Amino acid sequence: MKILVPVKRVLDYNVKVRVKTDQSGVDLANVKMAMNPFDEIAVEEAVRLKEKGVVTEIVAVSIGVAQCEAILRTALAMGADRGILVQTEDDLEPLAVAKVLKAVAGDETPDLVLMGKQAIDGDNNATGQMLSALLDWPQATFASKVEIEGGEARVTREVDGGLQTLGVTLPAVITTDLRLNEPRYASLPNIMKAKKKPLDTKALADYGVDTAARLSVVKVTEPPKRSAGIKVASADELVANLKSAGVL
Amino acid sequence: MAVLVIADHDGAHLRDTTLKTIAAAQTLSSDIDVLVYGETSAVAAQAAAAEGVRTVLTAESAELKADIAEAISALIVSVAGGYDVIAVPATASGKNFAPRVAAALDVSIISDVVEVVDGSTFVHPIYAGNALETVKTSDAKTVLTVRPTAFKPVAATGGSAAVEAVAVPAVALKTRFVSDEKVVSDRPELGSAKVIVSGGRALGSADEFKGVLEPLADKLGAAVGASRAAVDAGYAPNDYQVGQTGKVVAPNLYIAIGISGAIQHLAGMKDSKVIVAINKDPEAPIFQIADYGLVEDYKTAIPALTKALG
Repeated sequence: MKILVPVKRVLDYNVKVRVKTDQSGVDLANVKMAMNPFDEIAVEEAVRLKEKGVVTEIVAVSIGVAQCEAILRTALAMGADRGILVQTEDDLEPLAVAKVLKAVAGDETPDLVLMGKQAIDGDNNATGQMLSALLDWPQATFASKVEIEGGEARVTREVDGGLQTLGVTLPAVITTDLRLNEPRYASLPNIMKAKKKPLDTKALADYGVDTAARLSVVKVTEPPKRSAGIKVASADELVANLKSAGVL
Repeated sequence: MAVLVIADHDGAHLRDTTLKTIAAAQTLSSDIDVLVYGETSAVAAQAAAAEGVRTVLTAESAELKADIAEAISALIVSVAGGYDVIAVPATASGKNFAPRVAAALDVSIISDVVEVVDGSTFVHPIYAGNALETVKTSDAKTVLTVRPTAFKPVAATGGSAAVEAVAVPAVALKTRFVSDEKVVSDRPELGSAKVIVSGGRALGSADEFKGVLEPLADKLGAAVGASRAAVDAGYAPNDYQVGQTGKVVAPNLYIAIGISGAIQHLAGMKDSKVIVAINKDPEAPIFQIADYGLVEDYKTAIPALTKALG
């Protein structure tokens, strides 16, 4: 079977983001970018399914600027077979991304779309669910365990208060939670091999999908700063302070 | 303008998150209906008693009870016609079905709303809470998930809304429920606790995590939380995790023990009223946001703290 893995280029998770002084957005000039951590987990899971012999082909897809090619090469170095870059300068909303992915899925006819539960920039946690709605496929979000058998994916999900296990009929959309796996590092030989793997670049217009923005950003601001606290010398002093602050 | 609030409940009790989502809806409209799905017999009456609710809609089926997104989404879409805004508590369950509803209606979603500016303008955090984005939607209908910690709950009593059953749409589901594994706890729920005692990797083992944090939590009537490092190391169950990828909490008092304070952890707790950090490393980033910091090994600090609490 064939898996489609959407991957997003985002600000590296260790970088503390700065809000632009004109409140038009965050400053992404000259900052380190990387593959969204949840998408790394999705690529890793796809590669593990291939290593188990369940999957025959892994197609990684990214939507965005030309530099997303580097993210796709990372996915190829981890074990994906080929990449598709849908190039656009526009910063697409989850609904638009889901529509483009639906079109890609229409061309590729995967048995499974495996993707991150959320991107750490927008923090929306929406694209996978939207894609499954548009395709009219079942969904299994926040997966911490995935088993494929007999045309069904059995997925254990992280929910409030514990775990839930669902069986979803393929084709389906699964989104990954942190606990699903520990992504591998790409080895140097695999990075070299990845340079030779096929990578198609398409224009957003090739898909003829309506990606018009529904939301306009009024402003982006810094969250309120907490006032500086104090250091206390002992547990007794701490308790006295908490009592006078009225929280004990 | 009419708003549909989707209730969050456990079959017996309406959760606080629902009352907070109703509060967010009240800043938009006084025409607020609440949809209760799943096991509704006890919860519908509780929703009807909540302040400011016009009508409670109920829907029951095995799939709705099992929280299957396909079924819930079809149900909400079937009643969406009469509403301008659909407001969903931003819980794991709400985040699961709300985007599916939005896509089915061909509208965008605004996730984790922390402030309502007007009927089409909302504020939500991005980049792990390090920036707040104000967005205005041009969609005719708006689907929101509402961050409960950002709103004060409406009163749970005093309302007298009518209760009406709605038909469950027939859908050929491609999802089947297999099993549930609930974490049983007598402690307050993390999301609504007034006090949270949270532990990190420094605690070193699952036994130490329990042994150190639970007596203190018992003394304070607190919920127990954990950093990602503590969860990944197996010291605490997954659903204890506070942070960008875990739960977002805002208690009156958050006590972080042996937690360094990574960006992803702060995203989940920095709106707490008072933050206490106990860490032996004076350079730990957690001290930059803590109201009260105690630089001391938890092994001596926690017994002393438990004793000082009397």
